[in-house]
Amino acid sequence: MQLTGYRRPDGRVGFRNHVLVLPTVACANGVVNAICRRVPEAVMLPIDSGCGMLKEDQDVFAHTLTNLAGNPNVAATLVVGLGCEAFKPAQAEAAIARFGKPVLAIGMHDAGGYAATVEKGASLARELLNEVSGMAREPVSAADLVLGLNCGASDPASGLTANQALGKAVDLLVDAGGSAIIGETTECVGAEDEMAANAASPEVGRRILDTVHRFEDHVKMYGADLSTGEPNQGNMEAGLSTLEEKSLGCIRKIGSRPIADVIDYADIPTRKGPMLMDSPSYDAPSVTGIVAGGAQVVVFTTGLGTPFGMSIVPVIKVMSNTPAFKRMEDTADLNAGTILEGEETIEQTGHRLYDMVLEVAGGRTTKAEDLGENQCQIWRTTLTL
Amino acid sequence: MADNAAIIVIRETDNVGTVTRNVVAGESVSARVGNQTLSLVAASDIKFLHKIALKDIAARERIFKYGAVIGEATQRIQAGEHVHVHNIRSLWGKA
Repeated sequence: MQLTGYRRPDGRVGFRNHVLVLPTVACANGVVNAICRRVPEAVMLPIDSGCGMLKEDQDVFAHTLTNLAGNPNVAATLVVGLGCEAFKPAQAEAAIARFGKPVLAIGMHDAGGYAATVEKGASLARELLNEVSGMAREPVSAADLVLGLNCGASDPASGLTANQALGKAVDLLVDAGGSAIIGETTECVGAEDEMAANAASPEVGRRILDTVHRFEDHVKMYGADLSTGEPNQGNMEAGLSTLEEKSLGCIRKIGSRPIADVIDYADIPTRKGPMLMDSPSYDAPSVTGIVAGGAQVVVFTTGLGTPFGMSIVPVIKVMSNTPAFKRMEDTADLNAGTILEGEETIEQTGHRLYDMVLEVAGGRTTKAEDLGENQCQIWRTTLTL
Repeated sequence: MADNAAIIVIRETDNVGTVTRNVVAGESVSARVGNQTLSLVAASDIKFLHKIALKDIAARERIFKYGAVIGEATQRIQAGEHVHVHNIRSLWGKA
């Protein structure tokens, strides 16, 4: 099957062709939702901040918001703000314009109030839809794909089935020239030496260790310790014995090929291959960073099940065990529990998942897309003022 | 394709596997390790998704799962025994 996608001006390839209506501050979420009700073909991302941040978080916020609009699945962006937020609609518009894709902006204070912003915003969104509706898919390759990797609501089967199958799928993608981004630095604690040993160079290995240790030190500032109480009581009852075992099960997702790079939160990769993004393990900020980094498809492994989705990116949910898959089947796309039952090998499930990733890239929708699930949260590491 | 192996082993170098159903003491169970089939007798009851020793393990010997070290044995462990917090411990931060 020939993979097809939308080649963007910056050379990256989109596998969806969304018009994104993007708030620059939480105050604009309501107006953005009203615009999207009038223009149902457009999608939005909910934003939970935009003001009251220290510079460190403010910079990450602006960078992430910009790069979310830059994600190649987004064909065009309408920025909608209030007017007094730190990263104003015109600033966001200018930053996003650097990707060379159509972008427009509107702010409530200047547009004449709420209803006027909805009215004008809907008209601008329709304008953008007309502009991108003629874009056609063209032949591309798996090397154009950046796969996002995440896990959540895990169980002890995750490391044996779903994460193993995903690791195999990532190996297949990397061998085809593609890339994969694993986030969740906190989940690497206990497996950092193994990851560093599998780095493409000693320098990348050093940066893996530095990134994990920096996160540990940050947590220690608050008197907490990432390794204390891990694995937790529930993990232990379920069969996990040590921190290393838990973390090693988690990082199976990244596969076996050398780790090409370590990138900062929401950064766009400059290298190909599997890489680590410094990010938290909580689903929404982790996937938000990975999608800002340009992942066009996300594979999310889970033991218990979660409805997680994000409007601008297809999220493929892979479940680690059959009973949970049956309970949560309306949220999940693939069951890796077949490995436990001996019906499939890790290799076979990995190939099945890789084929599904390519089909989804080609246009097949995921359960999360069909449900309209849409979480987005930009990581904050300091205080809300 | 389907079998009743009852134990999943990720890498040939692993000295523990994970049982894929509840196993009772004295039960014969097997694992596919690479192209070989390894047969064991469970030395204790082992719950679903808990670990079983694939070979005799000496005290202080490293425990391998996923082809990586997940800890060390705190006592001698016989093939077929349940492997968990009572006979292995973490090495993290102690290297």
